[in-house]
Amino acid sequence: MANSDNNRRKFMATTLQSVGLTALGGLLWSGYCDEAKASPLVLRPPGALAEKDFLDACIKCGMCAEACYNRDSNIDKETGKQRPGTLQMAKGGDHRLVGTPFFTPRDVPCYMCDDIPCVPVCPSGALDMPSLLDKKGELDINKAQMGLAIVHKESCIAFWGLQCDACYRACPLLDEAISLEYMKNERTGKHAFLLPVVHSDVCTGCGLCEKACVTEKPAIFVLPREHSTGKAGAHYVKGWDKKDQERVGNRKAEEIETHTKRSEKAPVDYLNKEIEY
Amino acid sequence: MKNLKYLLLRRVTQIGLLVLYFGANAYGWTILKGTFGSSLLFGVIPLADPYTTLQVLATGFVLGADVLLGALIITLFYMIVGGRAFCSWVCPINMVTDLANWLRRKLNLDKEEVNYRFLKRRARYWIMVLGLIVSAIVGIAAFEALSPITIMQRGIIFGFGAGISVVIAIFLFDLFGVKNGWCGHLCPLGATYSLIGKTSLIRVKHDHEACTACMECKVVCPENQVLHMINKESISVTDGECTNCGRCIDVCNDDALGFGIRSFTKK
Repeated sequence: MANSDNNRRKFMATTLQSVGLTALGGLLWSGYCDEAKASPLVLRPPGALAEKDFLDACIKCGMCAEACYNRDSNIDKETGKQRPGTLQMAKGGDHRLVGTPFFTPRDVPCYMCDDIPCVPVCPSGALDMPSLLDKKGELDINKAQMGLAIVHKESCIAFWGLQCDACYRACPLLDEAISLEYMKNERTGKHAFLLPVVHSDVCTGCGLCEKACVTEKPAIFVLPREHSTGKAGAHYVKGWDKKDQERVGNRKAEEIETHTKRSEKAPVDYLNKEIEY
Repeated sequence: MKNLKYLLLRRVTQIGLLVLYFGANAYGWTILKGTFGSSLLFGVIPLADPYTTLQVLATGFVLGADVLLGALIITLFYMIVGGRAFCSWVCPINMVTDLANWLRRKLNLDKEEVNYRFLKRRARYWIMVLGLIVSAIVGIAAFEALSPITIMQRGIIFGFGAGISVVIAIFLFDLFGVKNGWCGHLCPLGATYSLIGKTSLIRVKHDHEACTACMECKVVCPENQVLHMINKESISVTDGECTNCGRCIDVCNDDALGFGIRSFTKK
């Protein structure tokens, strides 16, 4: 009897030990993976699923990076030599989920190949080909949304009044993704400002503008779309836009009554009763 | 002079595969593209690692047909033909751990072997399951995020970076830590192939009559628990953990061991 009790105790202890060790290992592992997943702003190949899904789906085979590197159009026309591929496979120390493809526009931007070699080779569906097909069912690189270029006005020398249109000239969708806005320079009274403006519905985030930017640290740079776009919210309505107005139907402003905590109190009270908005 | 036949054959296979993968990236060869995670053979036949595929499925993402078909092809190959041969004939980490093991023997580190009671050989099966659970919770292929196998392979193909430290760590762990620590105790990929390869046809056969019980085979075997029949009975190795490396056959001076096709009739 005593012996069987002992056995049972031993069994329970070993079981608990195993479960405990496994749980510990699992927690450490999850922690590491979560950390590895939380990459900084990273640009993915064209057609890549939303970052969260992309990390699920990418099987880290590197075939996109190979296709990007191994092609005739990757030969530098000036030197005749092979130039480095746009897509890099993240390795230890890159601070990106190891083994996933990414690119750094300032080093090598995406050259927007017509046949998009990196996408059809993806075996896992992490690079989604249907998202890049046009109405005729052909691959169209202009549908890519790798990121969105942002102009930092304070460091862009065009905004200073110096003449520069490097990014505008470098853009493969010239006058569509980046256009120049002309403004009079009040200081000189004669020269015009040529201000680059990025159009977010057209920009693919290829990064050719960032590569071309002449400033020490690029004044125009590509960020993943989720980080470079804002959102106004559905409750703002453009009253002058017929289509947008349809969203709210035929309701008139007088008919709409908004009830919030604040609206229960009289507007004048904010002066006397220190009501905060 | 000991026989090195299978050892050399294995090294030629392992290095040859890495050269093919390297050439695919550096020179655009189309024989074998990709990595062990997922490859394309001759530009047509998809191949994919079953455990990686399972992990991605565990994250909740349904993979493309290429990967699923590739994983099926690989699974069937090892299930029917190769056994756990991936580990000793393909995996690049095997060369690192074999080197560590060889050094252990040369430096006589085995004599002081500590009994790591907490690290059982079945730990790898726990890790295998755990990898799938963690993949499901965190939403990325969990083992792939730290797998030394693909890190080493990608290192050779695309450049190492800090990833080399993982490979060195495994070498040191196997050399000064647990004997066959990585491949024999921890690696979940090895565990997967152990399960897949359980039924395979190519097997090491033991001839009890010829055996002189020198135990050379048990010294070199990375999974020597599978050689339990040595000097006892004439049967073939049937455990899934056997990596079919053939090192035992190389070192056997009595012709008591050799590859053969598994027979399903009982003697």
